[in-house]
Amino acid sequence: MVPNALIHETATNDSPTSRLSGWWVSYRSRLTPYLFIAPNLVLFSIFIFFPLFFAAYISVHEWSLIDTPLYLGAENYTRLLTDYQFWQAMKNTVLYSVATVPTSLALGLALAIGLNRKLFARTLLRSVYFLPVVVSSVATAIISAWLFNDHYGVVNALFKLIGMQPISWLSTTQWALPSIIITTLWTRVGFCMVVYLAALQSIPLNYYEAASIDGATRLQQFRYVTWPQLRPTTFLLLILNVIHSFQVFDLIFVMTGGGPGFSTTMIVQYIYQSAFASSEMGYASAMGIVLFLMILLFTLLQWRVNRRTEDFL
Amino acid sequence: MVTTASPAQRRMETFALWALLAAGALIMIFPIYWMFATAIRPKDQIFSASTGILPTGWVWRNFADALNHMPFLHWFWNSTVIAVVAVVITVSINLLCGYAFAKFRFAGRDVLFLTVLSALMIPVQVIIVPLFFVVSDLGLLNSYWGVILPRAAEAFGIFMVRQFMVSIPDELLEAARLDGASELTIFRKIVLPLSKPIIAVLIIFTFMWRWNDFVMPLLMLTDQDMYTVQLGLNLLKGQYNTEWTDIMSIALLSLVPMLVIFVFFQRQLIQGIAGTGLK
Repeated sequence: MVPNALIHETATNDSPTSRLSGWWVSYRSRLTPYLFIAPNLVLFSIFIFFPLFFAAYISVHEWSLIDTPLYLGAENYTRLLTDYQFWQAMKNTVLYSVATVPTSLALGLALAIGLNRKLFARTLLRSVYFLPVVVSSVATAIISAWLFNDHYGVVNALFKLIGMQPISWLSTTQWALPSIIITTLWTRVGFCMVVYLAALQSIPLNYYEAASIDGATRLQQFRYVTWPQLRPTTFLLLILNVIHSFQVFDLIFVMTGGGPGFSTTMIVQYIYQSAFASSEMGYASAMGIVLFLMILLFTLLQWRVNRRTEDFL
Repeated sequence: MVTTASPAQRRMETFALWALLAAGALIMIFPIYWMFATAIRPKDQIFSASTGILPTGWVWRNFADALNHMPFLHWFWNSTVIAVVAVVITVSINLLCGYAFAKFRFAGRDVLFLTVLSALMIPVQVIIVPLFFVVSDLGLLNSYWGVILPRAAEAFGIFMVRQFMVSIPDELLEAARLDGASELTIFRKIVLPLSKPIIAVLIIFTFMWRWNDFVMPLLMLTDQDMYTVQLGLNLLKGQYNTEWTDIMSIALLSLVPMLVIFVFFQRQLIQGIAGTGLK
């Protein structure tokens, strides 16, 4: 209090100009946090928030880039309902997500539990599982296309070696998606493993001691200690992986280009094609908005469900 | 976990587990190894399907050939400029922004923070069409800035910085303020030196995201002179006559910066991922 009063006194004794500068100083100090945030906020506004609103605007128009946009109302959205290719892309995306998400989580958890024990060369093993995380999707797609090559791929060479029929991985509608799913697992398990490892290490050891004193088997320890303790981590990984799967693009774009036929075309790829190959900006934007709502809905839904089950336990 | 099995049984079990994990690790590393093995293989042996797993010859010249066949070094330069400039911008503004959210009280702070977090829910893939027009209208197509700016603000980074800086003691900042230090000086002289661990994490992740990015360059760079490494790789993959030794050499070279980071900064990578589950 005392220094404050002192400042006050000197201020009243001073000339108007320094009073003005005093005001300026306090004004500036109040402005500081806004100035610190400003660059980010400006960039977010221009490159994320505005485009989202702009997408909503374009999505109710017909627009092929050259002519002026023509208002259509909800027509682009109703067209989605009957567009066979859109539903095919949707089906592919859901199938891809269902195949990749639980598997990545399960493998990641298994690896984390295994590599959380004291083992020979544990650090090296962890590194190897983690390595694909830093490899770009494009490089991954290229390696994978070479491994799964119908005629000269090492996978088929291995199949022949053990007396199995080689498979036309990337040139048949039946096997292209499985090849992509296997490749995706390669890139994702290390990520899930790292997150699970960190979570496992934060579970207090005395929980396990208490459980084993109570005569819990290892399976029971997992069921009643590990699994419930990992719930928030599992939830986080579930959301992140679903979002990644729903917006998958790079890997498939380079590996199969969405083919053969339409068998590996995912939603984002179809958006890209509609916009930049067929010049249907409005229609592509409508799909973007639908995808956005799906991702948003899933995030919110999972968040609520998870919170509710946690209240129960 | 605490177990009740006999020591011998436990040793057997541990060995079986180790064997399983090691076999899995071999499968995980194989694609990278195979890329290398293909890159240095004599060109005439690529298509003889029965060539063994081990390299039959070490043709290092394949790398030189590949570099002669395509402007990889030029792509590498473009990628480097984009990634380095993006790191400088993104890391600086994320640090400033995260610091403001962590250490200042101001009107509208929570709303603004939620706004920033909501940017996390808008994946770039759902706005590729309008984003293309924004960049095009700003006249930034086929320029480095067209790739750098749209993703320069990164909500994950802000979030991480805020979490980290909340634990910096307020007394430290107040003391400096009483000494008459300006806010920017406080930020530079006190906050930044204390934040080295998080800065390292930010630099590494931002570099990785920009170096590996494909969507932005694909949308914004159509001029082959502007191609990044990832676009170049995609171009090679699409070419009709697929020269696999060339492609694998180039793909392997494209991984070098990330492999260097992986070897030297694995701790930061793991810390960043484990901390907030980001990629």
